[in-house]
Amino acid sequence: MSKLTIGCFSSLVGSMTLDFAVKLAEAARKKGHDVDMWLSGNGTMLAKKGQRSFKDYSSLEKTMTDLVAGGMTVVACEACAEARGYHKEDFIDSFGRKSMDWYLASCFGADRVLHIGGE
Amino acid sequence: MAIKKIAFVVDKLPYKGESSRLALTHCIASQTVEIHLEEDENVEPVLAFVGNGVLNCLRNQNAEAYGVSTMESHIKNALLTDIKVLICEEDVKRLGIAEENLIMDAEDFGADMTSQIVPFSEIMAEIESSVHLMYF
Repeated sequence: MSKLTIGCFSSLVGSMTLDFAVKLAEAARKKGHDVDMWLSGNGTMLAKKGQRSFKDYSSLEKTMTDLVAGGMTVVACEACAEARGYHKEDFIDSFGRKSMDWYLASCFGADRVLHIGGE
Repeated sequence: MAIKKIAFVVDKLPYKGESSRLALTHCIASQTVEIHLEEDENVEPVLAFVGNGVLNCLRNQNAEAYGVSTMESHIKNALLTDIKVLICEEDVKRLGIAEENLIMDAEDFGADMTSQIVPFSEIMAEIESSVHLMYF
């Protein structure tokens, strides 16, 4: 099995890009691949806990926590999150917070990298 | 020694969004990636500006109105940390930018490295020889 690193820079609400990234991660995990997900820029919104589910807005918190419980690693850029007011206590508990070098290290060990830019 | 080259390609305008800024900060983060890797492993970044992204490389930027650091200072920091910086020649010509208006060195930061204006084919060759591509 291989390792896939997905870098996500788009916001949770206002873009369907994260929905795509999470679907892809889900599919890769189902096939038995390892998946690291890096959230940076507006993508750090995905790390915020307490997301309320509305029919017209993307809601990925449950899917993400299930994926992490199943072995996927999700890490958000600490600086990008702090700049947006997402502090440690605001994060989904199973998500990590690290600096950008973590993403590059994850890419180093990945067989494939899907870097999904922001808005 | 295992070295993996990662190409950071920037085609977004400066200041309009944060993409080009994130490209620079992620690229410069390669300087500390070793702390997450095994001994003798490392990442070799190459930074290329193409399309409207070459406008990030204009000299004498002033971002005081926004209260943020300039892209110029980020590019100079990249040069200071010996990152290869490539600027697409065709796009520089298309936008009518003279070389003296581009950030070609960072002597004021104490950097030895200089930027290079190169044909797009050279940037493609860098991308093709990279293990991973990050397109900002």
